[in-house]
Amino acid sequence: MAKRIDVSGLTAFYGSHKAIEDISMTVEPRSVTAFIGPSGCGKSTFLRTLNRMHEVTPGGRVEGKVLLDEEDLYGQGIDPVSVRREIGMVFQRPNPFPTMSIFDNVAAGLRLNGGYKKSDLNDIVEKSLKGANLWNEVKDRLNKPGSGLSGGQQQRLCIARAIAVEPKVLLMDEPCSALDPISTLAIEDLIGELKERFTIVIVTHNMQQAARVSDRTAFFNLSAVGQPGRLIEIDDTERIFSNPSVQATEDYISGRFG
Amino acid sequence: MDITTKNTEAPPPSPQPTEAESKRAARGATRPGDRIFLGLSRGSGILLLVVMAAIAVFLTYRATLAISKDHGNFLTTLEWNTGVNPPTFGIAVLAYGTVISSIIAMVIAVPIAVSIALFLTHYAPRRLSGPISYVIDLLAAVPSIVYGLWGALILVPNLNGLFGWLNDYFGWTGFFSWDEGAPRSMLTVGILLAIMILPIITNVSREVFRQAPLMHQEAALALGATRWEVIRMSVLPFGRSGVISASMLGLGRALGETMAVATVLSPDFLIHLSLLNPGGGTFAQNIASKFGEANEFGRDALIASGLVLFVITLLVNGAARLIIARRKEYSGANA
Repeated sequence: MAKRIDVSGLTAFYGSHKAIEDISMTVEPRSVTAFIGPSGCGKSTFLRTLNRMHEVTPGGRVEGKVLLDEEDLYGQGIDPVSVRREIGMVFQRPNPFPTMSIFDNVAAGLRLNGGYKKSDLNDIVEKSLKGANLWNEVKDRLNKPGSGLSGGQQQRLCIARAIAVEPKVLLMDEPCSALDPISTLAIEDLIGELKERFTIVIVTHNMQQAARVSDRTAFFNLSAVGQPGRLIEIDDTERIFSNPSVQATEDYISGRFG
Repeated sequence: MDITTKNTEAPPPSPQPTEAESKRAARGATRPGDRIFLGLSRGSGILLLVVMAAIAVFLTYRATLAISKDHGNFLTTLEWNTGVNPPTFGIAVLAYGTVISSIIAMVIAVPIAVSIALFLTHYAPRRLSGPISYVIDLLAAVPSIVYGLWGALILVPNLNGLFGWLNDYFGWTGFFSWDEGAPRSMLTVGILLAIMILPIITNVSREVFRQAPLMHQEAALALGATRWEVIRMSVLPFGRSGVISASMLGLGRALGETMAVATVLSPDFLIHLSLLNPGGGTFAQNIASKFGEANEFGRDALIASGLVLFVITLLVNGAARLIIARRKEYSGANA
């Protein structure tokens, strides 16, 4: 089910401001790719171009190509809504729907697609919650609001919600930055399990986290404030953290940056 | 009202010394500026309660005088004869007319107002939503007598087509049968009231929808929701209690509206099943049209009817609060 992402010459704008410029990379299916880099380097913007969330921001627009296997996500006649049904996303702050129960949160995406019987829904919700390592903690209170869970549980609920629709790719925008170390560990373990089924892209500010969870790491940087962010290099995580080919990468990961 | 009264009394001794200290620090302000402001704000609060109590006592006293001499049943009698001896009057017609015209107004106004608010916050480009909001604010500032004149001179003469159509297709229900009299009926009143309460419901709903958290809208978008689905999943549930409050504000205005109703309605003192035939009346309209020529006893009787309107408004507000409180656990506030 997991698919390959192939980006070529991608540039993204906010109005007239160029946020990222000329980014090309390939993300292999069933792998974890981490994006690291200083604040404002455009890694989150780039992530949001991968499921066409960038254009939701007023003035947001994109040039270039993003291929999901062979299909250009920015091709003519491609509906951004259907793109987002194929490419799930988990956000920085846990954002379960506060007016919905735990069950309804997980079922939310399925109900958008429609056509599921009640028993199917039950099965998929259970499977998704188990997939997000949350089932044992919430199975007795599926009808309680999701906002009653702890931050880490809420984030796993959001992951369950995202994987319930069986996306081809899962994007994660700093999914642990609002969580304590124990919840972070739970999410990191989960990422390791999820990559068996999904292509995962994760933005993180935590370089240890990138080193722990990812197979490939991409380093983004910007030459000065106000300049567009660029992809400096992408390589196997081990190599990025031991022997990167660009000096700036080494400076950044060894803390000698800036 | 209860809460305010309690706050002016000394609070019970607090188990937490630090809390008690901080309360004392907040209350026993030593600087002149703080003392003056405290006195002013507390005085205003007390003044409000005193005025409310005075009105309530006055209304109840005068109303009791009238009701005790009522020869008919105050709640069920279908006439209003206060100038004769023995006086016979009842509020049944007024209560029915007030409630039914307000319900019509709500049924028409709330869906339109919510749609306008959603359009302004989630569909319209910014340069369009500004001017539209301004025009809606202007609508709220138009005096009700102007609405009444517009209703009598423009709305009433142009309703024949609508009434005829309703009579043709829905006349069999009884509610929409029409004897081709002048369209100065409860439905006319309801339509006019709907226009009048539209701005306030729109404005309050708009402010609520504008505050819908972006992170929940993005969550819906990322699941592949269309714009309408985003609104249904994250904006409407968040705004639900706000829309109820907005509707109650509008309902409050509709229940108490006087001049506009008095201008477009041809009143009588019967309960008509048909909403299209002229007749009926509302509390406020009845007071306005009868107060001028009523003797003192007649005025007491009108005050008694006003008291009932007051109670109905209280009940409506209470019901709205119950609806909002019932689903507090799921409200967006604890996200």
